[in-house]
Amino acid sequence: MTAVTDASNVSPHDVQPAPTGALQALAAHIAAGLGPKLGSSSIAFGELTLKAEAADIIDVLTFLRDDPGCRFVSFVDICGVDWPAREKRFDVVYHLLSPYKNTRVRVKVEADDVTPVPSATPVFPGALWFEREAYDLYGVLFSGHPDLRRLLTDYGFEGHPLRKDFPTTGFVEVRWDDEAKRVVYEPVRLNQEFRNFDFLSPWEGTDYVLPGDEKAKQPQ
Amino acid sequence: MAEADIRNFTINFGPQHPAAHGVLRLVLELDGEVVERVDPHIGLLHRGTEKLIETKTYLQAMPYFDRLDYVAPMNQEHAFCLATERLLGVEIPIRAQLIRVLYCEIGRILSHLLNVTTQAMDVGALTPPLWGFEEREKLMVFYERASGSRMHAAYFRPGGVHQDLPPQLIDDIDHWCTGFYKALKDIDDLLTENRIFKQRNVDIGVVPLSEAWEWGFSGVMVRGSGAAWDLRKSQPYECYADLDFDIPIGKNGDNYDRYLIRMEEMRQSARIMQQCCARLRVEKGRIATSDGKVAPPKRAEMKRSMEGLIHHFKLYTEGYRVPEGEVYAAVEAPKGEFGVYLVSDGTNKPYRCKIRAPGFAHLQAMDHLCRGSMLADVSAILGSIDIVFGEVDR
Repeated sequence: MTAVTDASNVSPHDVQPAPTGALQALAAHIAAGLGPKLGSSSIAFGELTLKAEAADIIDVLTFLRDDPGCRFVSFVDICGVDWPAREKRFDVVYHLLSPYKNTRVRVKVEADDVTPVPSATPVFPGALWFEREAYDLYGVLFSGHPDLRRLLTDYGFEGHPLRKDFPTTGFVEVRWDDEAKRVVYEPVRLNQEFRNFDFLSPWEGTDYVLPGDEKAKQPQ
Repeated sequence: MAEADIRNFTINFGPQHPAAHGVLRLVLELDGEVVERVDPHIGLLHRGTEKLIETKTYLQAMPYFDRLDYVAPMNQEHAFCLATERLLGVEIPIRAQLIRVLYCEIGRILSHLLNVTTQAMDVGALTPPLWGFEEREKLMVFYERASGSRMHAAYFRPGGVHQDLPPQLIDDIDHWCTGFYKALKDIDDLLTENRIFKQRNVDIGVVPLSEAWEWGFSGVMVRGSGAAWDLRKSQPYECYADLDFDIPIGKNGDNYDRYLIRMEEMRQSARIMQQCCARLRVEKGRIATSDGKVAPPKRAEMKRSMEGLIHHFKLYTEGYRVPEGEVYAAVEAPKGEFGVYLVSDGTNKPYRCKIRAPGFAHLQAMDHLCRGSMLADVSAILGSIDIVFGEVDR
């Protein structure tokens, strides 16, 4: 049965979110506890971001979960971010929540599409689908994951759609073929080209040459 | 038949099944009537929302959030607006905050009404959905009167809300709240002490608190297991800190506790809405930030002022540039913690927008929750963890 708690009884969870000073103290505590395994830490927009090497991620997550000064017991999210210009093109971003200290933390590791990142499932069973999703959408591999299948995309889908070099319109389209009496897959045929306008104001620091501007520099 | 020939029976539950709450396909491995393994197949409603958002400006990306958890659309918009505002460093006026809170609580009641009543339908009661949907219909009219749309409102904007509420609408919402307690009591009388409802829900789908945290549960799923954790109280956003409401928590972490929490949360939401209505009558003022580089000018202003016209044109073509950085903004959506992880590269389009949907984390634990229970409990548990496929599949 439920008991309606008054606001005054909600403690210990009901404490105000940690101010920047507390985040700095937490960052120092984590740096002391993890030692060289912690790459760097930064505080921006009131959020603490830690960076680590992919190989150390299990140790980092375990420390954050078990250390009495952290208690990040609640798993929130794992996602990928693609930076194609970088040598290791993916960021794998872990978000954790400490309901006891009422703070959040973000851990970032870098990965590429061939070297696997150790799976977080032994530490947080909830990482199961989030890693499958990151694998499906970005092609980040996770070693030790019990069931690394595609999750969101179609059965038999090829490619990793959230990579920056994957076109928004995709490569195949499906339709019901009334003669074959089944769903058929065909290459995408667009009646109108996908329109992705560049509305960025050209006099506020775009880093490309506007069409036509190159003529100004050409010799006559 | 020789003993060696006996093997488990595998059945497909869904994707077209009335208790699948959308397009879920569960592959169930059964030993007699006992569930041995559950393999949920999702993605049948995957629309690539995150990819689409990367090709749109911040304002154009906002309506996609209505289409995630489509039974409580504005709560999702809220998370995205909070993330964008935090990157932009924009403060929003109190009247806009009150309107947002008012509509978020309407969204909470919309979602809980749907969940409580359809979960009752999953376990055999036909009347609750009919009664609950009557109230939902009235709430959707309130959505429509504010935004012009019953569901996909696109009403919250980074910097405030789109339109002001007419005074009559505030009075009508206030009046609806008064009558809602009665409607809720009717559903309560039907279900809470109902013998069949209790037989199907008490001690079914039990989640211990430690498991709830490590599986990434949030919202009602952790409160049902005894954690007094609600982002509206613990990490207050908007003006929730000034409002008076209670957080119900459960003891046993089973379906029945979660049902009771949802019922109580609806009462608390109505309480919050009444406070918002009372304050909205006094707090007159702007409904969006006065920063013309973020919030578009009023139509009349746009027609008469040169600066307004320029702002209008720029905001609806280029949009605004959001400073480089990354934020994670979470709100207490009806189903749990709905978070938006927004990475900006300093242009007018999000570089990456990860949508952290509570239902996704809850659904992945289906195997863990259902293993060893009876086949009939699968639909009761599925109903109780409150799944909407818009947000699970994105």
